[in-house]
Amino acid sequence: MAAQLLQLVFSGLTSGAIYALAGLGFAIIYNASNVINFAQGEFIMIGGMAAATLVAAGMPLPLAALVAVAGTMLVGMVLEKLAVEPAREAGTMAIIIITIGASILLRGLAQLAWGKGFHTLPAFSGERPLAVAGATLMPQSLWVLGVVVAVIVALWWFFSRTLFGKAMLATSYNRLAAELVGIGSRRVLLAAFALSALLGAVGGVVVTPITFANTDAGIMLGLKGFAAAVLGGLGSGLGAIVGGLIVGLVEALAAGTLSSAYKDAIAFVIILVVLIFMPQGLFGKKAVDRV
Amino acid sequence: MTKRSHRFGLLGLVAIIAMAPLGFPNAYFYDVATTAMIQAVVCVGLNLLIGYAGQISLGHAGFFALGAYGSAILTSRFGLPPLAALAASALAVVTLAFVLGRPILKLAGHTLAMATLGIGIIIHIVLKTESWLTGGPDGMSVDPFSVLGLTIDGDRAWYWVCGFLLALAVWLSCNLIDSPVGRALRAVHGSEVAAQVAGIDTGRTKLLVFVVSAVFASLMGGVFAHKNGFVTPDLASFFRSIELVTMVVLGGMASSFGAVAGAVILTLLPQFLAGFEDYEAVVLGAIMIGTMIFLPKGLLPSIKALARRRVRS
Repeated sequence: MAAQLLQLVFSGLTSGAIYALAGLGFAIIYNASNVINFAQGEFIMIGGMAAATLVAAGMPLPLAALVAVAGTMLVGMVLEKLAVEPAREAGTMAIIIITIGASILLRGLAQLAWGKGFHTLPAFSGERPLAVAGATLMPQSLWVLGVVVAVIVALWWFFSRTLFGKAMLATSYNRLAAELVGIGSRRVLLAAFALSALLGAVGGVVVTPITFANTDAGIMLGLKGFAAAVLGGLGSGLGAIVGGLIVGLVEALAAGTLSSAYKDAIAFVIILVVLIFMPQGLFGKKAVDRV
Repeated sequence: MTKRSHRFGLLGLVAIIAMAPLGFPNAYFYDVATTAMIQAVVCVGLNLLIGYAGQISLGHAGFFALGAYGSAILTSRFGLPPLAALAASALAVVTLAFVLGRPILKLAGHTLAMATLGIGIIIHIVLKTESWLTGGPDGMSVDPFSVLGLTIDGDRAWYWVCGFLLALAVWLSCNLIDSPVGRALRAVHGSEVAAQVAGIDTGRTKLLVFVVSAVFASLMGGVFAHKNGFVTPDLASFFRSIELVTMVVLGGMASSFGAVAGAVILTLLPQFLAGFEDYEAVVLGAIMIGTMIFLPKGLLPSIKALARRRVRS
């Protein structure tokens, strides 16, 4: 029983880590502009699919991963320039429609390029499972957790130690004040999309050996990342990470002990319950309505 | 829009519905037009919520699917007459929308989007999973609609029934908008706090519209189930909810006629893309982005504004 439970915790942490990365992607763009980027899931899909195709074409894995991540960042920046930037002054509803439209568009293009089939990557360091206290742990899960922790540390360093990171934070606190001290909020928004695309693509590359990837893979991952971000409190980085891990863990435990058919529903049940009782999420700031 | 322009619009709509079949070369056109009108009624209801009250719902396909499955299950598994099944499912959806709407309509913007999206996805998964009741991912067949021994049969009959329903829905929504509730709605859209200060019970107003729009969706779900003869869980999919919102926004928010136009355009889109099915997603995505950037108010209001400017100059 304990070993079984541990097994579920391992798989929950692995998927939770990916949700956390996606949730951070939502939080970064939200902080830069109050935009919810529904195309976040497509970044994960594009990263995974691109890396898989490049490796299948004979490129060494590290280089393929790098190219895939860089390519996804480019997609994110193009998306910001062509679709989000021109509608900056439009309302919440317009931006929601635009980013959902972008996600449908990207998925459509990906289907034209890659077809509907599944693509996969070889595991980074073998498929031999490790035995931990009676449970088995795939080495790729360690890669996922390790890479996600590394990315989170790098993000923390970026936001607290570099000038541009601090400028992005300043914009999230008060855009007008940030502009007045000379921070270009357009550049910040562009950087936010690049950074979110990077987070998504990295998640996509490390998780593809476990889950495989097809062009529809981004939908659920993106929506669960959104759930993670809202659960933790929109705009809170720590919240997104904790939210992602909670969603991943509860989902794995519920799927393993209650019903695997309802695995994908769990995240949304949690989010409904939390929103009904704690509308600000776990770590969210209380919003004040300005009239 | 004033009462008079509402009346003109309604007359125009009835005329279009009555005349359109003159241009239909075969029964297939009736079928497509009927589907478009079913979507249009759902959009007229959804537009009350999105366009007038300014609240988003990314889960309305869930209510549509509940109505469709309610009719399918109650008639075929429990032997209820279709009309009673339609009413019973609508009542169930009212209860659900009321119970869920009370807490979630306190949320705003993105969190409301998240909550409604969650409701839609949960409904989708339940319909897919409970196969003993719903037939699972393969869906289930639905008996034809009959009332008092009269069966609605064939594409032509359904066209006239749905045409009547569409005119009725637009008439109802125009009346609602011109009523005190409609004024309260617009106040809520402008500023919720200001509306409260003016003595409007904003919570109740939003809940009312949420429930009304859910009932529109549920009833048309039932109609669609009988007309189509078959239902699948994908009626509740996230993509379907998005499609409904896009129809409303494309046609023009806060315009019942715009919602109808949006529904018709997006339903016809796949017909125009016959042979280019692979590009459907790309075109739909581009339309969504393009409309919001170039015609942020939607097609109908933008065209109207353009026409007005022409007249003046």
